[in-house]
Amino acid sequence: MSEKLVFDAPEIMVDRPTHYCPGCHHGVAHRLVGEVLTEMGLVDDTLCVGSIGCSVFIYNYLDVDAVEAPHGRAPAVATGLKRAHKDKFVFTYQGDGDLASIGLAEIVHAANRGEKISVVFVNNTVYGMTGGQMAPTTLVGQKTTTSPNGRSAEEHGLAIRMSEIIGGLGGTAYCERVSLDSVKNIRRAKKALRKAFEMQINGTGFGFVEMLSACPTNWKMDPIAANTRITEEMIPYFPLGVFKDVTKDGEE
Amino acid sequence: MSDTKRIFIKGNEAMSRGALAAGCTCYFGYPITPQNDIPEFLSTEMATVDGEFVQAESEVAAANMLLGAAAGGARAMTTSSSPGVSLMQEAISYMAGSELPGVIVNVNRGGPGLGDIGSSQGDYFQSTRGGGHGDYRTLVLAPGTCQEGYDMMIEAFDLAFKYRNPVLVLADAIVGQMKEPVTPWEPKAADNHGAEDWRIDGAKGRKKRLLKSLFLEDGALAGQNRNLQSKYEAMQVEARADVFECDDADLVIVAFGSIGRIVKSTVRRLRSEGKKVGLVRPLTLYPFPSEVLRDLAKKGKRFLTIEQNCGQMVDDVRLSVRGIADSEFHGHMPGDLPGSDDFLAPIIKHLED
Ligand SMILES: Cc1ncc(C[n+]2csc(CCOP(=O)(O)OP(=O)(O)O)c2C)c(N)n1
Ligand code: SF4
Repeated sequence: MSEKLVFDAPEIMVDRPTHYCPGCHHGVAHRLVGEVLTEMGLVDDTLCVGSIGCSVFIYNYLDVDAVEAPHGRAPAVATGLKRAHKDKFVFTYQGDGDLASIGLAEIVHAANRGEKISVVFVNNTVYGMTGGQMAPTTLVGQKTTTSPNGRSAEEHGLAIRMSEIIGGLGGTAYCERVSLDSVKNIRRAKKALRKAFEMQINGTGFGFVEMLSACPTNWKMDPIAANTRITEEMIPYFPLGVFKDVTKDGEE
Repeated sequence: MSDTKRIFIKGNEAMSRGALAAGCTCYFGYPITPQNDIPEFLSTEMATVDGEFVQAESEVAAANMLLGAAAGGARAMTTSSSPGVSLMQEAISYMAGSELPGVIVNVNRGGPGLGDIGSSQGDYFQSTRGGGHGDYRTLVLAPGTCQEGYDMMIEAFDLAFKYRNPVLVLADAIVGQMKEPVTPWEPKAADNHGAEDWRIDGAKGRKKRLLKSLFLEDGALAGQNRNLQSKYEAMQVEARADVFECDDADLVIVAFGSIGRIVKSTVRRLRSEGKKVGLVRPLTLYPFPSEVLRDLAKKGKRFLTIEQNCGQMVDDVRLSVRGIADSEFHGHMPGDLPGSDDFLAPIIKHLED
């Protein structure tokens, strides 16, 4: 019997097991980035800026040139890299601790300058790699190792909504929040990536895609429950949608 | 060298022009006195060489932009002054760890803390001991004249690529702010020492490349640190000093940068009075010109280290002559601008001791 291959990983994905926990969405996000880069023919022209967090090893899974940035500084590193190689495709891949806490200044200013780079922002509402501490995106009431009684608005402030901030900046060309909790949403996420990447390729400007993602390990949930948490708790607070698209008059 | 005309410019401008002559195409910086002339000058000049100028949101960002441009193999630099350079240390450590070339100018001002905007040599330890975390070194050049500011920028870019390492130009407020005649010159075509073999520029037709400082596999970090240490060992051949009137000197003064220059006037004056004083002015602070000092120590010279700080380079002088001689120290406090007269009494005192 001859077998017909109907689904395979794009060649850009290095064939090796990842170090991510079962049910972690970093793997899904990597895969989407890999598919879009392949479909857009960008593999040989891509420069990846890795960041600090569970995803620091993205360069082990994608077969593209890469550099490692200090914690939070990926948008500044990408700025320098893109200025040195204007004809290449430059993207950063950052977690919420990385982008919304220590690297808040770098992301806001790179977006505001309209750097022609693309940013993949994986928001799992927690510091994954360091063992589940509170992140700027941790939801009120969410228990973490440094907010053991649950995040309190009075003590810690509210969770930061990054897409709302980035979408409001002058230099942003495209900004969308997507979610990785369902097949439908994963498809949308891929479309968003493609849009954001196109904005860099055709010189329109800065592209930003926030992906609501699961961290089953630090949420102390099984993968199914973690998925449900995204649907039921995260999406209501972090609404999905396009926050800026300079190629359109209004929002979607 | 072509017969280029001398021009009368500030040290900050001389360093900027030196960078342009060296083929620098990417500048990233954040305003801080007393180095603002550099970004101001380059904000227009970069465009004339089809280069990039970014006023970053902070020194943290500026240094990381430098890291990014360096990863792409560009001739890139940032400039700042003391508090700003403190903020850059994280990126400098990462650059050293990832073996990326870049030039960082520190127009040293007074500290600690906000200090003042006057001249100082208080960042000697920070510059020569790595400054950031981990076991690393940066090459450090110390101009004492505007011409040296120009020349050393050209040298800095070459060394950065030769060793794939950050190079610091440790100037100070005096050298940055004074005006002198400078003879600009054009170096031979920039040699990037094979950067096309390691930089990232898209993996077309070759295997992908990875520039990183994370080494988790068993023994990998130890291996990388061994590589780095042998590189620092190889750098020792770059040590240089300006040796002045030392042959028959009883007392050798060791002083660098602007202070070395001021002390040179003092030494000239004492020589005209028949006093046997000489001067060693280190031009590289890392690697430190230890051999020069050790040779002089073997000839029985005594040493006096003069710095505009509370005693930093004196440690390196003592290490250089250890087992043979020692060095006295005279510190001129940051926050107070010295003239050559200020060094007469301390030198005479040590000469007659
Ligand atoms: C300057 C600095 N501070 C702190 C750390 C420690 N650190 C490593 S990963 C991390 C958190 C990353 O969290 P996030 O960006 O949310 O990514 P995730 O691990 O959840 O994917 C921190 C604080 C570091 N490496 N560098
Ligand atoms: S700790 Fe969380 S973010 Fe990190 S790999 Fe595990 S599930 Fe993913």
